[in-house]
Formats: sequence, structure tokens, C-alpha cells
Amino acid sequence: MSEAKQEFLERSKEFWNPDKTQFWQDVGVDLVIDRREEYFLYDLDGRRLIDMHLNGGTYNLGHRNAELIEVLNAGAKHFDMGNHHFPALARTALAEALAACTPPNLKYTMYGAGGAEAIDIALKSARNATGKRKIVSIIKAYHGHTGLAVKTGDERFSARFLSEDTIGEFIQVPHNDLEQMEDALRERDVAAVIMETIPATYGFPMPREGYLPAVKALCEKYGALYIADEVQTGLMRTGTMWAITRYGVEPDMIVTGKGITGGLYPISCCVASEEAGQWLKQDGFAHISTAGGAELGCVVAMKVLEILQRPTILSTVNYIADYLRAGLNEIQALYPDFFIGIRQNGLVMGLEFNDPEGAKPVMRQLYEHGVWAIFSTLDPRVLQFKPGVLASQALCEELLGYVEVAIGLAQAEVFGARQRRAG
Amino acid sequence: MELDFQKVIDISDTPVARRAQVDAVLERARWASQAFQRYDRDMTLAIAEAVADTAYEKAAEYGEWAVRETGFGVAEHKTIKNQLTSRTLFEHYRDHDFVNPRIDRARKLVEIPRPAGVIFALAPSTNPIATVNFKVLAALLTRNAIVLSPHPAARECCTDAAHTLARAAEAAGAPSGAIQVVTDPSIPLIEAFMRSEKTNVILATGGNAMVRAAYSSSNPAIGVGPGNAPAFVDATADLRSAARHLIESKSFDNSVLCTNESMVITLAQVDADLRKALQQAGAHLCSEEETAALRGYLFHSRGFNVEAIGRDARWIAEQAGFRIKPKASVLVTPVTKIGVAEPLSKEKLCPVMGYYVARSVTQAITQARALLRMSGAGHTAVIHSRDAATAMDYAAAVESCRVVVNAPASQGASGFATHLPPTFTVGTGFFGRSAIGDNIGPKHLIQWTRLAYNKDEAEEMGDYSALGPRFSGPIPPAPADGVPGSAAAPNVTRLPRAATPVTAEERAMREDIRRIIVEELRAVLRK
Repeated sequence: MSEAKQEFLERSKEFWNPDKTQFWQDVGVDLVIDRREEYFLYDLDGRRLIDMHLNGGTYNLGHRNAELIEVLNAGAKHFDMGNHHFPALARTALAEALAACTPPNLKYTMYGAGGAEAIDIALKSARNATGKRKIVSIIKAYHGHTGLAVKTGDERFSARFLSEDTIGEFIQVPHNDLEQMEDALRERDVAAVIMETIPATYGFPMPREGYLPAVKALCEKYGALYIADEVQTGLMRTGTMWAITRYGVEPDMIVTGKGITGGLYPISCCVASEEAGQWLKQDGFAHISTAGGAELGCVVAMKVLEILQRPTILSTVNYIADYLRAGLNEIQALYPDFFIGIRQNGLVMGLEFNDPEGAKPVMRQLYEHGVWAIFSTLDPRVLQFKPGVLASQALCEELLGYVEVAIGLAQAEVFGARQRRAG
Repeated sequence: MELDFQKVIDISDTPVARRAQVDAVLERARWASQAFQRYDRDMTLAIAEAVADTAYEKAAEYGEWAVRETGFGVAEHKTIKNQLTSRTLFEHYRDHDFVNPRIDRARKLVEIPRPAGVIFALAPSTNPIATVNFKVLAALLTRNAIVLSPHPAARECCTDAAHTLARAAEAAGAPSGAIQVVTDPSIPLIEAFMRSEKTNVILATGGNAMVRAAYSSSNPAIGVGPGNAPAFVDATADLRSAARHLIESKSFDNSVLCTNESMVITLAQVDADLRKALQQAGAHLCSEEETAALRGYLFHSRGFNVEAIGRDARWIAEQAGFRIKPKASVLVTPVTKIGVAEPLSKEKLCPVMGYYVARSVTQAITQARALLRMSGAGHTAVIHSRDAATAMDYAAAVESCRVVVNAPASQGASGFATHLPPTFTVGTGFFGRSAIGDNIGPKHLIQWTRLAYNKDEAEEMGDYSALGPRFSGPIPPAPADGVPGSAAAPNVTRLPRAATPVTAEERAMREDIRRIIVEELRAVLRK
């Protein structure tokens, strides 16, 4: 590590986040991201990394996508954030564009600045629309860190701040368990079920066939709304604009964030049905967000949607998904005892390893070989493996080469350690 | 209001947006080409055949459409060209192997075919569909992906044809995106495609400026320039046959093919008989006044009058101010000079053919060289003669990569009435500032990796007879966990043929079928 980087890390610990800064040094990832372009990150010391983390899909279209920069610059000659009280050109234009590319029942767009804020808006809207308070989510769910969103998730993120639910308004049920889902809804006192279509932070456990439509049916049966958190699964990452439609569900609300503005000017959106968004007719001033739907962000988001709807995209996404899967299958055949599972829907992939913390040594070995992919915080057996929708053939081929080597070394590390313990 | 908003953020006409558009298309093509390289020869042929069949079925429809859209040429003739560039072309190449390695035991070499990858192909307005068919089949036979860029004047028919062929290819199992088309071609966009490092080779057919731009792109390019074919009819020629070939070729598709004869050069001793034979074959021999009128109409200070391209003889005569008999299909304009002083010695993409009488064979050859110096170097020359020595002198002297003998040039140079490889892209070689002087075909879209053994006799060559690349076929679709019906088998309507060796009988039968088809088409051409 260079002296400059060392010094920087000290400052980071002093002024930014001592624990998090130290954590990465402890797990052997001494990354300080400097320059970035396409699907590459460059460390402060100059090393190039293929970004397979993409900040949960934020960089779905690559880092500093040239078209997005161009449109942001063009937009900045005319717009700023805008005034949240007034009808606004860019906000309305994006809302129209979203209405056109979401299921036909969805109509209004409500804006936030980040994903969690849009989740809070969705939960508040559901409470308003149903007149009920309870919210059902999945055990180990993750929907962000704001007031309501954090209560839907694992206590790992709420208890420290004394912000966990204490009055039984937030119920969590196991993923893929319809019985418990029905038990939670049976009393007809639930405003909404909120689910990531494929729970990312939990390592992308895949919904069983028929599970999501059945949850939606239960919602209808018991008068709850269905909120699809598509922050990580939307935006063509599964080969459709929104993963939820691929599972045959028309949700009452879709929440999108991260990738919707390509990491250049953050906004988030909750697209709601007439029913779910009814407060917008009752009292439009009831929820306010100054940075929510900042117009420059809207300008970028419209370009993101346009790029994602080009005729070449679907074919390319399929190629990336199929090619990587074929390559991963071959790698799995080499290390079947360690690399035990591949979870996949399109470019949403989780690689499962035969050790409670198995994804961590793989992450570290990948990092050594020039690939940045992160373990799943709430299930560290699983490595999140997330290529962008514009990944090139050459990049994917290069990537598989590193993955094969890294998994081999990680297996040796893990199994070697076990042998030593046994010895 | 909405319009204003869209305008503020419209970046579609920026280099950045063009680059992104180009990258998206070429990267998809790259994926397709890499997937294609997993295909074996049987699957490759099945795809090429399905596409050839579709192009053949659509030959008349697209022939008419091309004439309607561009105003150039004759629908029935375009139909024939579209047929020649579909099934005939496929039949010609059916037995060529561009997929498997070839072993040369004597020289201890093994050669493995390696496709170019992504081909960027321009299609001209004069031969739009034939060029599309030809380039697509050449690409498919060699397992390349192709991106077609039609001339804006033929954009609609080319785009539709490309989509039709792409659908046929994918239905037969081709990788998605193996055939793509630029639906909104513009000069900056085409230049961006040509300059992109994602393009492996450019197949440029079209105007000189575009061909030069292809060569200047920094990418490998196979460019072919204009023609301006001299047709020497010497004293030994069968004049009736020569006249028939000249008129048939010059009138074909109203002479939009760059292989058409531009100038007849003959000798004084057969001048009178040749004129008579030409008239009998359907020529209108222009008077001095008519020739002057045509010269004025066809050439102005800016060059050739594009209005006349691909128009019929009667229409052109009327524009020039005179009338001809209805059955005359070519206007023959006698000239006394060849060179810059005579505009009629330039390329004329319409049924107007110059006519020059030389005093000797030597002078005729000198004048033929002069004609190709005007334009069309490297492209095509013709001779009608029964004297091999004259043909040799002529061919060794003219700066042309091919000299068609006793055949119509338009079908002869392109290999449909000669044994040259069939093509719609005629290499003009070094004479024409091009990389390749052959008739362009599939073989130019692959290169070979060569395993070369030590010459030393002590070093024995391994046995490669059962070896080759692993042809694993299409990439299987990845499962989408939990999605109903995900990862179904790929939708291939035509199963790959079994890889059984072709028997001698089958080979003979195929040979017969091919011969019959070619004969039939040639008969049609001669009408």
C-alpha cells in the first residue's frame, strides 16, 4: 500500500467512519476507489478492478456512462433540482415515462432522493390507502435505513439505533413460506406486504415457482397492498424492465432507485396505482421532499429508461446471463464440494459456497485477481455476482478466468483451514 | 411545453450518443459472433440454407420494392439478381468447408478457420437487396455476425430484407443478433461504425468517397470502387454473339451494375458489321447530334447526372430530346476520343454505351487502358475474340483484375456466367486502391490459424484426423429460478442435420441439382 493511501485511510478513520474503514482492511480489501469508468474501478494505487458489485445495480449501465453524463450536462444548462411544490417539466415527463414502462395498473410516481425514502413513501401510501398500520416483510429483508424502511428489515440495522419495531406493527415471515404469509395476513389488519422480488442482501434466495403470485393473491384476499421493491431487480437486470412482471405479478406499487439514475444524480421513485396513491388527490402537500425527484435526476432517469428499452438490450442481457452461467457451470464442476450452488435470474446471481462465511475468502481472492464482488451481508455463504447490462463479451470472458482461479484458491484456503483444525 | 422539454435534453445528435448506439449494435454482434463459433458445419449450413431459401422466396417482392424505392433498374432483373445471390450462391458454396480444420500431411500443416467476428457491410442503392443477400450469406457461411448499413436511398427495402433474413436465421438456430441492420444510416453514424474498434472488417461497396472512408477508418476494410469496363471486340470475334452479349449485359437492370460494359472498342475492319449486329441485338446507334445531346444531358459540371442512373434507354433518349424505337434497349454513342476530353468515356450507370473504333489491336489496348485510367481501375474488362494471343496481350495490359471473355460482363465478372466465384462485391485490387483483387466471397471473411511443424523429417506430425474445435452449439439459456417455464430448450425449428458423410451418389445428385438451377437461371438471364 502506498504511503498516500495509508495516510488517506487514517483520515477516513478519523473523519468519516472508523469501523467501516478498518473492517475492509481487516478482511483484506484495501480498496479506495479513485477513477472509474465502464465496469472498471481503479484503486487509489492504480489497480484496476472489474466491478461485479455495481452498488446493488447503481452502475447497471457502467460507471460514468457517457450518455448519462452528456444528458446530465445538457440538463444542467436548463434545470436544477426544481421546486418541489410546483408542477415540474422533468418530474412529470419521467412520471409519464415510468407509467409507460410499468404494469398498466400503475400510474402516479412519487419521488424520493434515495431508495429508502421511496420505500417510506410506499409504506405511508399503503397505510393511507388501506387505513391499516401493519406491514409484512420477509425475515432478513432489506429495504433501507429510513424511519419505516429500517423497521421492515433485519434488526442488525435498527436495534443499535433503538429504532426496531416495538409495538408489533412490522411482521416478518420466512421467504417462500406461504402458510406463514397467510397467517400474517389473516386478521385483515395489514396495510401492505413489501418484498424485494429477489432479496439481494440475503444472498438472492430465489422465489419458488408460484410463490410471488400466491403472495399477491393472499394480499388481494385479505385487503393488503403488494409493494415490489425493485431497486436491485428492476431496470432489465432479469431481462424484463421489472423482475416482478416476469413472475406474473401486477403489484400495487413498484419502488425503484439506485440504477434509475446510473449513479450520477440520485433520485428514487415509487410508482403507484390509482388506489395506492390516493392521498395525491386528497392532500398533495401531505408528503414533501425537497430533493425528491430533483429534476436533474429526472433528466438522467429518462435517459436510463430510454437506453434500457433499446432493441439490442434484451439480446445482450440474455447473452451475458447465458454465457456466464455456462462458464460458472464449468467452474462448479471443478470445485463441486465448495462451490455448491448458483442462484440466477438474468444478471441477478448469487454464488453459494459450502462454508458459513464461504463468500468472504472468494471475495478476497477475487479482489486479489482484479474483481470486486461482495458477499451478502445477511448470508455470507453467498457471493453477490452482478454483471451490468452492457457488459461486453471480452469482459465476461476475462471475468470467468479470474473467477475460476479465485474459487480454486478460496477452496484451498477454506478446506485447508478445516484440515488444520481437524488435525 | 413537452416538446420544449424534449428539446432541451435531446442529445441524440451528439458524438456520444452515436458512439453508444454503435457500441450497442456492435457489442451484440460480438456476442453473436462468439456464440456462432460454437456451431459445427451442419448447423452453419442449415442456417445459411434457410436464409438462402427465404431470400429466394422474397426475390421478386424485394426486387419490386427496390425499384419502387430507389427508382433504379428493372424489377424483373433485380428479381434474377436476388435469386442468384440467394439459392445459386448457397448452392455454389454448399460443399466448401469454412468450419473444419484442414490437414496438409505433406507440408505438416493444420489450418483452423477463424471467422473475422463482426462485419460492417455497406449496401449500395443500385444493387441493394442483391448486396444484402450476398453479404449476409457470405457472413453466415463463415460463422460471422454482420451489421448492414443500407444506402439511405434504399433504406426501407434493405431494412425490411435484413429483418426478414435475421428472423429466418434465428428460426433456423442462428445466434440472436447475427444479422443486424442500421435503420437510420447517416454519414456520421456510418463513420462511427467504421471507426469503432468493435468492427473487425468493413465490406464497403458503394461510392468512391465511402470506400475511401472505409479504408481510412483504421480498421481492416475490403472496399470495391466503381467500374468502367472496356469491351474489346476484335476481328476474330463472333460478332452476332458479341453484340448479343453486349446488349443483354448493358441493358440488364438498366445498367446499374458496376460490371456493365462502358465502352465498346473495336477495329475498323469489323466496324460496319458490328454496328449492324448491335442494332439487330437491340441497340439504338446514335447520330452525332444524338450523341452530343446525350453527352450534354448525362454529364454536367458536377459530374454524372444521377437522375439518369438505372433509367431505361427510351426515357433517357426522351430527356436528351430524341426518340427511339420501343424495342431498343441500349443507346450506343460513337465517340472519337477516350479520355478527359470525352465525358462519355466515364462510368455510366445507365444503358448508354460508348463505341470507339481503333486502327489496330495495339491502339485498342492503349485505349482500353486509357478508359480504365478515367475510372474503374481494377474492376472489369471484356474481350470478344477467338484469338488467345490477343486476349493474352489485352489482359496483360489492361489494369483490371478480371477480363471476361466472350460473355456478358455484368454476369461474367460477377461469376454467374463464368467460373469466377459468384459475388456482388468485385475486388478491384491494387489497381483500384483496394486490398483484394478477387471476387469477394466467404473466404475473405475468415483467416486461418496454422499449426506448422518442424520441417526436420525426424519430427513426426501428430494425427489430427479426428480432432477439431469443440462445437458445443448454441449457448444453453440460463435458468431464471422460479420463473414459470424458464430455461426452456432453444426454439430451433430446423434440427441440425446428422453429421453423416456425404456419399458419392449424393454428391453427384447435388452436383446435378446445382447444375440444373444454374442452367435455368442462366437461361432466364439470356432472354
